Amino acid sequence: MSRIAGSGRDVALLSLRRSWVPVASTIAAALLDLLPIVATSPLVPDFAYLVLVAWRLLRPEMWAAQVALPLGLVNDLIAGHPIGQSMALWTLTFLALDLIDSRAGWRDYWMDWMFASIAIAFYTAGTWAIARLMGSQVEMAVLGPQLALSIICYPIVARLVIALDRWRLAR
Amino acid sequence: MAPPSTRRPGFSRRAQYGLFLGYVTAVAGILFAVLLLGVAIVDPTGFRALKGAALDATAPVQAGGRGIVRFVGGIGSSVSNYFLAASQNAELKRRLDASRRRLVQARVLELENQRLKALLKLGQDEPGAIAVTRIVGSSFDSPRRTAVLSAGGSSGVRPGQPVRSPEGLIGRVIETGRWASRVLLVSDGASNVPVRLARDGTPAIATGRGDGTIELKTLEVGKNPFRRGDVLVTSGVGGLYPPNVPVAVVVAVQGDATVAKPLADPSRVDYAMVFPVFQPAAEAPLSPQTQRALEEAGQ
Repeated sequence: MSRIAGSGRDVALLSLRRSWVPVASTIAAALLDLLPIVATSPLVPDFAYLVLVAWRLLRPEMWAAQVALPLGLVNDLIAGHPIGQSMALWTLTFLALDLIDSRAGWRDYWMDWMFASIAIAFYTAGTWAIARLMGSQVEMAVLGPQLALSIICYPIVARLVIALDRWRLAR
Repeated sequence: MAPPSTRRPGFSRRAQYGLFLGYVTAVAGILFAVLLLGVAIVDPTGFRALKGAALDATAPVQAGGRGIVRFVGGIGSSVSNYFLAASQNAELKRRLDASRRRLVQARVLELENQRLKALLKLGQDEPGAIAVTRIVGSSFDSPRRTAVLSAGGSSGVRPGQPVRSPEGLIGRVIETGRWASRVLLVSDGASNVPVRLARDGTPAIATGRGDGTIELKTLEVGKNPFRRGDVLVTSGVGGLYPPNVPVAVVVAVQGDATVAKPLADPSRVDYAMVFPVFQPAAEAPLSPQTQRALEEAGQ
């Protein structure tokens, strides 16, 4: 496609791309859960959550808080979590980030990483607490490696999201 | 930049109401999600149809990539095998000698067993496997330890059925779709398997620790009966798991705490076999008389 939209069809296609790339990339990250990896301890980050937080921190105005509900439901169904887990935790994250955005006037790279780390820690603790309520009495230390790896992976995911954002808005 | 003094999105009433309504929806959504979670906690088999459909829709993707599991899982062990060939060879020879001696003993015992069983006219009806299938995926990013099997309700798999491989017990089925099912592994924190020590029959409960290992809890207080290298088999208590299926081998004993490693590694096993519930009565609801007696005892 040329850089200038030549017809109404092109315009429609571009606007479709603009609105659906964030959603599609989050669902694609959730689909990574289907990789045929059989692990005996939790180590791999929940990439769907990382992508979601990266989009939210990059484009605060793009998604209203309730967008996290259907995305969370999709993640719950794909990953086999108890239904409602990602719905509640993701929406709570969005509300908390809205609150942070209304207090902090600006954010830089390091603050983004810090907020993302706090969000990841909250999400990991939330999944642990829900697993405990469901009868799985595991120690929180079991989730330590996954938490560390998620925080380290966040900048890489954020890079990918920025690249996607540039492609999404290219004209 | 200083934060704005108000959180209004401008002078437009429509934008203000829209923002407010957005937050109302979000909070209502969270409450709804918590309600769904409550239902899932009280009744883990709820939303069976929805979760089964999701399993079916996603399982074919996983089944296609089973080769990768074997590849990724095998890299580490094949590299170390290459470097440790000589010492492994010596070790294996020693073990082979030992197991040959054991084998003769076992044959003798087997014969004696057969003779005694014939004397007692004890029929041991071991049921066949309902389905022989593959493990195609797992919950690798969650604190729960579950795996996905590529067989479901259409092959006769039902929630509650035990799953094993030739090496040992894998877990039990918790959700089924038509072509796929989810298995709660023995290393999950919510999995409690009644076991006994193969050496002397000491009963214990094997509870998962969530990191691929199992914690053993004995029913007796004081002395820890386990030693490193002890093998545990299912005891058949509770009627869910058939007896004498190997479960785990003890890897560490520290005071009262005993840590064991499951014998069947879900990332390595070739086949998973689904068996019927050992004693179907264990899953059946209580009879009205028992229910009444329990209620009276509770009052």
